[in-house]
Amino acid sequence: MHVPDGFLDAPTSIGTGVVAALAVGVALRAARRELDDRTAPLAGLVAAFVFATQMITFPVGAGTSGHLLGGALTAVLVGPFTGVLCLSVVFLVQSLLFADGGITALGTNIDLMGVVTVSVGWLVFRGLQAVLPRRLSVVAPAAAVAALVSVPAAAAVFVVLYAVGGTADIPLDTLTGAMVGVHVLIGIGEAVITFLAVASIVAVRPDLVHGARRVLARRELEIRPTSAGVSA
Amino acid sequence: MGGPHGHRLHFHAHSPVHRAPAHLKILGLLGFMLLVVATPRGWWPAYAAFLAVIGVVVALSHVPPTYLLKRMVVEVPFVLFAVLLPFVSRGPEVEVLGLGVSEPGLQAGATLLAKGTIGVLASLTLAATTEPQSLLAGLERLRLPQQLVQIMAFMVRYLDVVTAEMHRMRIARESRGFTARNPRHWPVLARSLGALFIRSYERGERVHLAMLSRGYTGRMPR
Repeated sequence: MHVPDGFLDAPTSIGTGVVAALAVGVALRAARRELDDRTAPLAGLVAAFVFATQMITFPVGAGTSGHLLGGALTAVLVGPFTGVLCLSVVFLVQSLLFADGGITALGTNIDLMGVVTVSVGWLVFRGLQAVLPRRLSVVAPAAAVAALVSVPAAAAVFVVLYAVGGTADIPLDTLTGAMVGVHVLIGIGEAVITFLAVASIVAVRPDLVHGARRVLARRELEIRPTSAGVSA
Repeated sequence: MGGPHGHRLHFHAHSPVHRAPAHLKILGLLGFMLLVVATPRGWWPAYAAFLAVIGVVVALSHVPPTYLLKRMVVEVPFVLFAVLLPFVSRGPEVEVLGLGVSEPGLQAGATLLAKGTIGVLASLTLAATTEPQSLLAGLERLRLPQQLVQIMAFMVRYLDVVTAEMHRMRIARESRGFTARNPRHWPVLARSLGALFIRSYERGERVHLAMLSRGYTGRMPR
């Protein structure tokens, strides 16, 4: 859910806006290394994909449903810096063209659902890749764990922001419990969907998955003879 | 998790608000909303004045109020939170309809609701009166980095293509008798998601090649 206008006070909103601008600036410089001159068209199409992704509703049961936040998924698919760019543009478009998420809360939304989910997701993913065996089959589970951690992390950062600039006096332990509790559940859903989606992409086009590049670089061309001359 | 995002909000009309330069409208919205957010809680006359300002702008823009009101559903998840506030906040209690609720919480909830509603209405007015293309030009004039404007331009241009692709995939699923009802159906949806990513990415590559073959050097011609 997007943070609307008036949820955090003005100084905090401006502060998060400055942080978001800095993060986007860093991402702009670094994304050129991830995508070179393909940045604009590819990041634009991936941003459109992220936007469409958030429209696919996953039924939870009892008439309720949710959608993917997609931070960790985007980080694993296109890399952390391009991911931050894509998500930031998605929030900008949602705020200006769809009135979803307040314009003064744009920085907060980019920080929480863009920067935090992508960077936490990417760090967890990278950490897991470092300790687990370098195999293609590890990419999807690692992405799932990254998604699982990234969502409650964003909720925890929200609680910190709320403690700094919240406009209503809610006991912080109640808020922390509710926010992190609910977002652990959302994170589980996010993890399952991220796992399934990444696994399906890795099965078809592993070369498109940024997080699988290191694994692919180590693979060598091998010739596998088929048993009866019929290709499987 | 919010609901699905609606279709494009632009409402075609000819009015001073439609004709106003987009960069001024964006700055106006930002300044106005900062003012609203900075207004202390409980200043009800100020909120009434803000609402009146929006009312005047909407009247000038010839956008029917019902058009905007119908699209305020994006606010719903947040209204639920504002309604909960009086019950979870601390402070002296007051009685409302026989229920003991926190007084500061009640005031905070109402303020939040007022600010959020003003925010959604103001953003809706901008979205209804500004074409995506002029919005992009406005952001460029506001010195948003070139690269970011370009990414946004591509996203806006291909948004309908990608969502239409997704829609066709849904029709294909449903024409095969599939309806997602519970988490057991997630694998099918997630695989559609994967396919959508591959199609979007490959389309991005094709668009890039097509641009290169037309002389693209990393900057958009003016």
